[in-house]
Amino acid sequence: MSLIEISGVDFLYENDNSDRPALQNIDLQIEAGDFAVIIGSNGSGKSTLAKLLNVLLTPSKGEIFVAGLNTNNPDNTWKIRQRVGMVFQNPDNQLVASMVEDDVAFGPENLGIPTQEIRKRVDKALEMVGMAGFQKFAPHKLSGGQKQRVAIAGVIAMEPDCIVLDEPTAMLDPQGRKEVMETVQYLNKEKGITVVHITHFMEEAVNADQVIVMNQGQILHKGSPKSIFRLVEQLKDVNLDIPVAVEVAEYLRQENIDIPDILSIDELVDALC
Amino acid sequence: MLIELNEVSHVYQDENNVKALKNINLEISRGEFIGIVGHTGSGKSTLVQLFNGLIIPSSGTVKVNGKNITNEKSNLKETRRHVGLVFQYPEHQLFEETVYQDIAFGPKNLGLKKDEIRERVEEVMGLVGLDYEEFKDRSPFNLSGGQQRKVAIAGVLALKPEVLVLDEPSAGLDPQGRKQLAELLKYLYQELNITVILISHRMEEIAELASRVIVMHQGEIVIDDNPIEVFSREQKLHKLSLDLPQITEILHRLEERGLKVNTNLFSISEASAEIIKALRSH
Amino acid sequence: MLKDITIGQYIARDSIIHALDARIKIMITTILIIALFTIDTFTGFGFFAAFVLVVVLLSKISVKKVLKGLKPILILVLFTLFIHIFLTKGGEVLWSWRFISIESEGVYTGFFMVSRIFILILFTSLLTLTTSPLQLTDGIEYILSPLKRFGVPASELSMMMTIALRFIPTLLEEADKIMKAQQARGADFESGNLIQRAKSLIPLLVPLFISAFRRADDLALAMESRCYRGGEGRTRLHELEFRYYDFIALIIIIILAVAVSFY
Repeated sequence: MSLIEISGVDFLYENDNSDRPALQNIDLQIEAGDFAVIIGSNGSGKSTLAKLLNVLLTPSKGEIFVAGLNTNNPDNTWKIRQRVGMVFQNPDNQLVASMVEDDVAFGPENLGIPTQEIRKRVDKALEMVGMAGFQKFAPHKLSGGQKQRVAIAGVIAMEPDCIVLDEPTAMLDPQGRKEVMETVQYLNKEKGITVVHITHFMEEAVNADQVIVMNQGQILHKGSPKSIFRLVEQLKDVNLDIPVAVEVAEYLRQENIDIPDILSIDELVDALC
Repeated sequence: MLIELNEVSHVYQDENNVKALKNINLEISRGEFIGIVGHTGSGKSTLVQLFNGLIIPSSGTVKVNGKNITNEKSNLKETRRHVGLVFQYPEHQLFEETVYQDIAFGPKNLGLKKDEIRERVEEVMGLVGLDYEEFKDRSPFNLSGGQQRKVAIAGVLALKPEVLVLDEPSAGLDPQGRKQLAELLKYLYQELNITVILISHRMEEIAELASRVIVMHQGEIVIDDNPIEVFSREQKLHKLSLDLPQITEILHRLEERGLKVNTNLFSISEASAEIIKALRSH
Repeated sequence: MLKDITIGQYIARDSIIHALDARIKIMITTILIIALFTIDTFTGFGFFAAFVLVVVLLSKISVKKVLKGLKPILILVLFTLFIHIFLTKGGEVLWSWRFISIESEGVYTGFFMVSRIFILILFTSLLTLTTSPLQLTDGIEYILSPLKRFGVPASELSMMMTIALRFIPTLLEEADKIMKAQQARGADFESGNLIQRAKSLIPLLVPLFISAFRRADDLALAMESRCYRGGEGRTRLHELEFRYYDFIALIIIIILAVAVSFY
């Protein structure tokens, strides 16, 4: 069984008067240890999907299993939230305490972990996100990328199997985006944590094991990054950014220049010369 | 000279006393489209707030239309109608009940007559692409993020500024929203002769739009030149850990590998055509 | 401008005052405030002022910084002073003009009250200046915890305070930004009469409230996703611990307070 199993899920917000559900007929499996990237434009339903994984919402129809636990069963809620940590878009609105170490400790404190163990977990988590030494800093003195990494540390300290990041880079500058992406990839590759990364920056999908494209509450396509970037026209239609290298490759193909599937600038340059 | 900064330094008066700007000398003339790039904390946002007197520098003088706005008697309200400033995430400053009222806030503060206010609101809504009849009575808070951004920008345009300064106006917009914004800025610059000053992290945007690029680093202007010159200084930009526009990066890399391409093209279609031409003659 | 407010600010230093247990500091502050209200002579105030000065010196925070924190209450102090000088009657008439008169009793009470307010604010601001917000809320939670039995949600109250402290700088920054953005659209926060000024705050307050609510919404979600479900069963990274000099400090203060009160 996969770490996350979503089958036949619909979701309709209660006070929503639009006739279209926020999510419709979602089937998706995410394997333990995978780096899954969900891309979609605003209103595609990708954030709703993220909240379902952490039981902040439960499906209107269908079922979701996380590590074998059904999210529809209220008894499982807290177990699932410990196993699936969440990082949100706005770095300012998810830090609880006025000192970095207290914020990272917040999750473990809620789980009732003994004091000494919390200390260890906090220091380890901060080190893993490259923020060792920032224990006593106030969040508002940090850069956006640093705040987001503290938020990630706060989740890591709960020792989850999986982290769901809901557009963690949307409000950051290029420097901050780079920091966060490097951290997330490190946690996935080196520490074996399953990552579900939600974004509207397609470049961030380049290194994924699985890419899921969402549009209007439905899964438009899922597969490897290369298979996705072949759909340039379709992706443009749903208002998504295409990496420049991919777009250039597409121009060249139209002029009958033979180019393999490429995702990054490096690959494009290698393919051409 | 439209805006003139002479030996301007600024220190924020808080516990760290950060020197945000150091000895800035800068002249901006009418009809320029200036792109400002640099890291968070490089002083870009502080710099542009000098242009309309929201920040009075610790030392040095700022002149707008020849008038010194750094002395105490200066009429800042008057300056602010000439220099419009759109902050980052401007939709967070919406507060009125209807789109119309929110856009009318600026003109009302200028003391304009009702008819004139109405005219202006209708005009700027047209500019940003919001249908007047459809949107004027709607609450700004029930609009999509992209539409809210348009309302907020319209609210500044309604002052009819000679200079429009925008701080990261495309942050968080989708490709379509960014395209509309770029078109709006082009129109303001080319057709309405508004001087535009654009802060952005997106080098693509700067390369496409600006006629002059200013690179800031640690409170200083380190490069001030046209986009072609600025983006050909790859080493220098890398040292400041700033990116090239991706398309420029591709062209540079191909040139390094011996493909003879003109590296000064910023549009993807032109650059692709150039690559095709070079490949065929190779 | 808004960022200048220093009331409630914490300044980290390595000093014995900082090292005292937060609960002890809260108790000491409470005792001293009570003692302050039993004092009825200027000599007593002089004694207290000297004591405050000693504490400030021990805390290694510059006197200038402490006094700067008093700036925002200056208006309140002046207001109190004038009210007493003009309205409290009794004693000798020092000066009069038509129906207005200043009498000695008024001047005396005025300065008396002002001294009391100053020392009171100094005490409390010293508490916040030398105690990290987190220790402070933990201390309050501990002191309130006997009341849990009567249904007082001590842990939740302290969580609320933690969050408030966390968001004060963020919201002040935001207020500053919104103010500037509206000024850029010609808003005027500085001139006009009282009503006009109050009205001019609407373009600042509406966006600020909307943003605060949005943040609250986001934060609630984030807390829930990190398994927050009230104070029940929570452990802490920082457990408060009494050390011997905490008790020594407390005993010294009690003796001092009693001595001053009966003086």
